[in-house]
Amino acid sequence: MMVIRLAWQQFWAQWRAGDVRVLLLALIVAVTAITGVTFFTSRIAAHLNTEGGLVLGGDMVLIADHAIPASAIDNAKAKGLRYTSTAEFPSMAIVGDKSQLAEIKALNPGFPLRGDLTVQFHANEKPKTIKTIPKPGESWIEPRLARLLSIGIGDLVEIGSTQLKVSGIITREPSRGGDMFSFAPRLMMNAADLAKTELIQYGSRVKYQLLVAGDAESVNSFGELLRDNLQPGERLQDLKTARPEIKSALDKAETFLGLSAMVSILLSIAAMLLASGPYISRNVETAALLRCFGASRVQIQRVLLWQCMLIALVGATIGCLFGYLLQALLANIAGTLFLDTLPQPSYSPIFIGYGISFSVLLALMMPNIQAIKNSPVVNILRADADAKVSISAFRFIPVVVLVVIIIFVLAKSIKLAIAVTAGMLAVCLLSAGIAYLFANLIYQLTQTGWHSQHGFFNLLKMGFANLKRNKILTVVQAVGFSIGAMVIILLTIVKNDLLDTWQQALPEDAPNHFAINIQPSQVTSIEAFLKKLDVNKPQVFPMIRGRLKEKNGQSLSADMYENERARRLVSREFNLSMAKEMQADNHLVEGDWWQEKDVGKPMLSIEQDITSALNIKIGDVLTYDIAGSKIDLHVTSIRKVDWDSMRANFFAVTPPNTLDAYPKSFMTAFFLKGQDTSLLDQLIKANPNLTIINVASLMEQVRGIMQKMSLAVSYVFVLCVVAGLVVLYAALIASRDTRAREASLLRVFGASKKQVSLVILAEYFGIAMIAASVALLTANLIAYYVSTQMFELPYSINRMLGLYAYTIAIILIPTAAWFVVRDYLNQPPKQVLNSV
Amino acid sequence: MITQQTKSSMTSPALLASSLSKTYGEADSKISILQDLDLEVRKGESVAIIGSSGSGKSTLLGILAGLDIPTDGMVEVDGKAFSKLDEDARAATRGRQMGFIFQSFQLLPNLTALENVMIPLQLNNQKDAKSIALSALSIVGLSERVTHYPKQLSGGEQQRVGIARAFAMQPAILFADEPTGNLDKKTGKQIIDLLFRLNTESSTTLVLVTHDYQLAQRCMKVYELRDGKLELEDIE
Repeated sequence: MMVIRLAWQQFWAQWRAGDVRVLLLALIVAVTAITGVTFFTSRIAAHLNTEGGLVLGGDMVLIADHAIPASAIDNAKAKGLRYTSTAEFPSMAIVGDKSQLAEIKALNPGFPLRGDLTVQFHANEKPKTIKTIPKPGESWIEPRLARLLSIGIGDLVEIGSTQLKVSGIITREPSRGGDMFSFAPRLMMNAADLAKTELIQYGSRVKYQLLVAGDAESVNSFGELLRDNLQPGERLQDLKTARPEIKSALDKAETFLGLSAMVSILLSIAAMLLASGPYISRNVETAALLRCFGASRVQIQRVLLWQCMLIALVGATIGCLFGYLLQALLANIAGTLFLDTLPQPSYSPIFIGYGISFSVLLALMMPNIQAIKNSPVVNILRADADAKVSISAFRFIPVVVLVVIIIFVLAKSIKLAIAVTAGMLAVCLLSAGIAYLFANLIYQLTQTGWHSQHGFFNLLKMGFANLKRNKILTVVQAVGFSIGAMVIILLTIVKNDLLDTWQQALPEDAPNHFAINIQPSQVTSIEAFLKKLDVNKPQVFPMIRGRLKEKNGQSLSADMYENERARRLVSREFNLSMAKEMQADNHLVEGDWWQEKDVGKPMLSIEQDITSALNIKIGDVLTYDIAGSKIDLHVTSIRKVDWDSMRANFFAVTPPNTLDAYPKSFMTAFFLKGQDTSLLDQLIKANPNLTIINVASLMEQVRGIMQKMSLAVSYVFVLCVVAGLVVLYAALIASRDTRAREASLLRVFGASKKQVSLVILAEYFGIAMIAASVALLTANLIAYYVSTQMFELPYSINRMLGLYAYTIAIILIPTAAWFVVRDYLNQPPKQVLNSV
Repeated sequence: MITQQTKSSMTSPALLASSLSKTYGEADSKISILQDLDLEVRKGESVAIIGSSGSGKSTLLGILAGLDIPTDGMVEVDGKAFSKLDEDARAATRGRQMGFIFQSFQLLPNLTALENVMIPLQLNNQKDAKSIALSALSIVGLSERVTHYPKQLSGGEQQRVGIARAFAMQPAILFADEPTGNLDKKTGKQIIDLLFRLNTESSTTLVLVTHDYQLAQRCMKVYELRDGKLELEDIE
């Protein structure tokens, strides 16, 4: 009890002294960052599963080109999952003399297991959000089909051997996001009517789907069991494969949020390291006194441990609370992203918050507690305060180990973790080295170059001389300041690049319609249509369907690959195209793009993901089967394609003319404003074979997610800035006592308050210059790496940022330093000398 | 002043140092601070140790109070081998039997006067720590300033808090290390008067380290530390 009472008393005493305040502030920032971001990302992840489910209509889907095996259904039942099934197939929808290929989807009761459909049931009513399926004898169709067939609600449409009444217009079916080139307009019907259509016969191209939904664990175990026993023609789809464009946008945002949280924690630990100096030396004094009065070493240890626990407890509790508020704010921004609101947060981040708080504080303090406990008590009789505690580098080992562990856990990738660890180490060493050199340089410049009788210059000179005199302090402070500033600059660069690139990826006028199946004879009329729409640089791409048959003369088959994607790639046709220039949003990873002289040569540029799935290298010869004839193409370049851009892109591209001899169609992508639909209708009427795919609503969704996530990123970024400022503050506190003592000595020698202030301002001006230079240099180096390697964004130097950094540093740091020692300037020097 | 009658009751030694040596450093750079030093302080006796700066006064005080250990020799407290005890056992003995007054006061800056006085009492699980501390502060004339922090007190007042803290525990032996070193002459005299008054009233054994010969003369015995040894001075 006595120990706890003393610990509590000491905690308050040190709170009043301000030492604990910095520690606690840094701890709160660290816990807020980790809990806030973990709360939020776990909610997003949980929601994504639902969102994925919404896209798929369930949490996981088994897709088969044959009827769903009973064993899969039994498996779903055994796991306690809800399930339903659908069948999808292309068929002609006929009304009178008009016919149109439609993508028929026959639904069983229960669909959709996740999410909902938006259907309009009466011409003059608003569409309704529902979770049901058409009644037997009825159908729901997409507006495009209604337009193409000139029908509306109440009309009959002929599907195979049966007629269905159109009872609704589907205005939103979330699952239309994936596989956008394969579908014709949608018609939904009740599976009970399927037999009457007589369309399902031997050889029909039907896509059977078994949809399941339930708790994540059961769904996963269902998936695992099924994945091991997949038959030919079967595949499993979950969120990851369902909406790659949304997943990709969210992944980047999550990487940035995770990185921000990690940076906030690392900065906070740096701040705590800086702040622990004064805290420890004060404890050394207290401990010596307590031992003088008879306290045993165990008691000292317990008092200090309890004190740490108190700080950790308070820091964790407040941090978790702030973290919860932060995620509520983030969730509020992101909440309207999707159809549903985000699920409630889980409570696991609280454990993480408390875990981080206690482990950081103990790692930081335990070695010091040992040292304090064992420090010679006789020092209390000696006047020289500096001899009181010796700093050993070994004392930092636990906190360094903890930092590395935190990096590895949070980075979720060994490559990133190693990069961050090496980066941190390099930044510390580089900052220390450059700071030391700069301190010397400023000293040399000001001490040897300036000879003045003027008192003002002499005071500046005195201030700059301190840079070298207090070498270690200068370097430690400059490193502290520059790491704080570096992170702020770094995140500003990366965040701006990230947000800019996102906005560029999906500008307001990004293509929102695709036209496919364009015949060679129709290219001119399509180009004329695009001109009417004011499309800048209209591009019409040739599309040649081909199947990859051989690699370097060896035939390829699905059995050769374990990877599900690779298996699909070699067992289906995909589109090849020809192009003179590479698409603007592609970039070369390996090899060279062809030149004018290569026109017509059998060269091939291939997308990076395919090369890794099928183990294709530059120089490989790939044999394609195009409409029954074979062609050998030499891989001359590998491209990275930005699939987020939603532009028309191709896995495999040859030079112009190379594939001219083969049957081909064309495609294009364009932006259509809402009011231009009549132009589109005219185009469709004139060219009835065209398939027009409207991705406007999907793009709105992606754009919405990007905007909201940008905002979330900005909020978390503010947290990093706060952490950076805490480091700056801690660096000031770390040297406060020394500065106060020096300032008081100057006062003893007759310096006025103004003169002392000037010396302090001059010294910190020097430190600010050093810190800003080091920060800019290191931030730009890291930003280059992070932008180009992690986010795959182009990197550019921002000169204005440099100017801001210098301006803010030379105003902020000296002013803050002056504020920190200001109180001491107003006290009698003797009192200051006695109290610090 | 101490009477003849009290002097006669001082029979057994409260503190006994025999053949004390203290050296720092190794081989060539070895510095010898104390050499084969003997000292006997009887119960209730007041002893002053004087010496020039750097003569080793504080080192001797540290060893006598068990804050440091001798390189050679032994310190006995109440007839028990104090310097042979381990660190914690020495701390426990200090807690029970010793009090300290420091040159630089050694008050914890962020505790009030009252809290500073309460610390040793709390450490020794003393009941009524607060009322004992309040009464000690009242004895040194600071009842009006119990809630003040050290920086709000003058040097003399801070040392009074130090004295109150030392006497609150009613120690058998009181070590005072240059108690007036940081004070002006007038305040220093008031502090010394207070110190000796309380010392007499509580019959505490006092070991005082100072370089002030006049102050030293107020003790029963005065030793000068010279070349690592103590020499008993004649008191006028």
